[in-house]
Amino acid sequence: MANAIFTTAPARGTRRQRASSRRLQLASARGIVSPIVLSSRRGKCVYWVVFGVAALVCSAVFLFPMFWAVTGALRSTTDLDSPTVSFLPHEWVFSNYSNAWSQLDLFQYFKNTVIQAGGAWVLEIVLLTLAGFALSKLRPRFGAALLGGFLVSMFIPGQAIVVSTYLVAKDLPFIHTNLLDNPVAIWLPAVASAFNLFILKRFFDQLPDELLEAADIDGAGVARKLWSIVIPMARPVMAVVSIFAFVAVWQSYLWPLMVFTDPNKYPLSVAVTQISYSAPLNWSLAADVLASVPLLVMFVIFQRNIIGGLSGATTG
Amino acid sequence: MAFAVAPVRPPKGLPRAQAGSSGRRSLSNNLKAYVLIIPALVCFALFSWYPTIKVFFLAFEKTSFSVGGNHFGGLVNYRTLMADPQFWPAWRNTFAFTGIALVIGFGLPFFVAVLLNELRHMKQAFRVVIYLPVMIPPVVTDLLWKWFYTQPSGLFDQALGAAHLPQSGWYQSSNVALISIVLITTWANMGGTALIYLAALQNIPGQLYEAAELDGASLWQRFRYVTVSQTRFVLLMLMLFQIIATMQEFNEVNVITGGGPGSSTITVLYLIYKYFDQYYNYGGACLLSAMLVVFLGIFSASFLRLTRNHG
Repeated sequence: MANAIFTTAPARGTRRQRASSRRLQLASARGIVSPIVLSSRRGKCVYWVVFGVAALVCSAVFLFPMFWAVTGALRSTTDLDSPTVSFLPHEWVFSNYSNAWSQLDLFQYFKNTVIQAGGAWVLEIVLLTLAGFALSKLRPRFGAALLGGFLVSMFIPGQAIVVSTYLVAKDLPFIHTNLLDNPVAIWLPAVASAFNLFILKRFFDQLPDELLEAADIDGAGVARKLWSIVIPMARPVMAVVSIFAFVAVWQSYLWPLMVFTDPNKYPLSVAVTQISYSAPLNWSLAADVLASVPLLVMFVIFQRNIIGGLSGATTG
Repeated sequence: MAFAVAPVRPPKGLPRAQAGSSGRRSLSNNLKAYVLIIPALVCFALFSWYPTIKVFFLAFEKTSFSVGGNHFGGLVNYRTLMADPQFWPAWRNTFAFTGIALVIGFGLPFFVAVLLNELRHMKQAFRVVIYLPVMIPPVVTDLLWKWFYTQPSGLFDQALGAAHLPQSGWYQSSNVALISIVLITTWANMGGTALIYLAALQNIPGQLYEAAELDGASLWQRFRYVTVSQTRFVLLMLMLFQIIATMQEFNEVNVITGGGPGSSTITVLYLIYKYFDQYYNYGGACLLSAMLVVFLGIFSASFLRLTRNHG
């Protein structure tokens, strides 16, 4: 884990011990440039110049396009088509957003997306937690072979075999059910996420066996152990997987494009492309902005979970 | 001497060394474990493993929507693909796209991560800002960039015009269309990769840099022999995942260029979708898929094998 150095630093001890552990942290947290060089007058000067340039470039490259999109959706069509640049809209047309919402049926697409992403999230977090726990702590026969199979899944190019997957969803083996135009066609494939399974399994691997053996002695069954011991401890990692699962479905495009033929069932990602062909540009831009807002708000709220999860999942 | 090979049994009453107190590997334990695993296993089997195998059978089937349905067609799909003038451009563009994405998009996030790792102020703010584009739905990003690229009223041409620089045709010019798409995917995905690198960089013990400094290593040498060699495993893994992802490029082509101008941005995955959506030739689509799967499988296996010693 990336933050292990910081989180496991001893909180107790004498002042001298604490001071020395803090010095150790500083030594560990350094980068290529030596702290001694950084604290020199010239080093400070160079540091602040680099810092300023980095802040400017970051804002220009990542924030400015978003600003441009939000204000672009507030411009009039003549303003958008005008070949002369103006930093702010000539007139602020707030009705673009309300028109996009009411005229383009955005509420329906939001509802569809929430049903698809929400259902996938619930199913994925429940099924993958159970499977990850069983593979990590119950260690059944052929568990290693199964893990190998899940690992292979991580390298299967999912988009490349999409037509084959479509034909499976159209006519499920044995039960011959057609899942097309049904949110279930989004939910079930979402569960097959090897990446999220391994995040959960990796976390359960770190839980000491003694914890569960103590529960065994107290006579707790599997359900009790999961509900009262494992899940309360796994809450942070389950939050990370939840976010990844929800965002993945909200963002997916090719699969819902193929699965849904009924426009009333389109998720936002498919709907906004259709809208871009037919609606005026400023309404279409407003729809684009609105379709992104929930994910951006979610990110700002859960930023520490997401960034921490991304670091923890891939290193350590 | 048959009696000599009888296995030595532990005396009764002593616990066997391997058996845990929870009776691991007992029948009921196995049963409980599989009850928990099977629902997820079914999803993996149905939507990951089975379609991967099925694609190789579908590749030899002639698609038919009349009574009787699909039937074995031998090499009929192969002949269809070979006669398709878009077949080779699709592969050429896919490889070109992957190559350009490596040149433009692979080093950049690492560079950003190394830079951010040196900064001591507003660390979280930087991370949030570079990760924001990752949260925007890719289709929305594509539509926004399509508008930025529009001539002559789009953001980029206006900015270039204001700076008195020559304007570009962007995705409407067959020479730079692929590069325009690479710019979009790089912008959109950079944050995620940069943060993964950043986490790896923070795991490098500071003592390594100090030792290198004592040995008189220059800034570049410390970067090359400490930073890069300590993060080599993550670098190689993310390179493999980037190649697998870019070989399956679809979104930008479908949303922005539609494969054009001419056939300059048709990718293999876009052609697969075209066979599915426009030609209703599922067999042809699956043969293309099978080719891509085989290529990526061989490539991934050899990549992992060749780089095994560098982990």
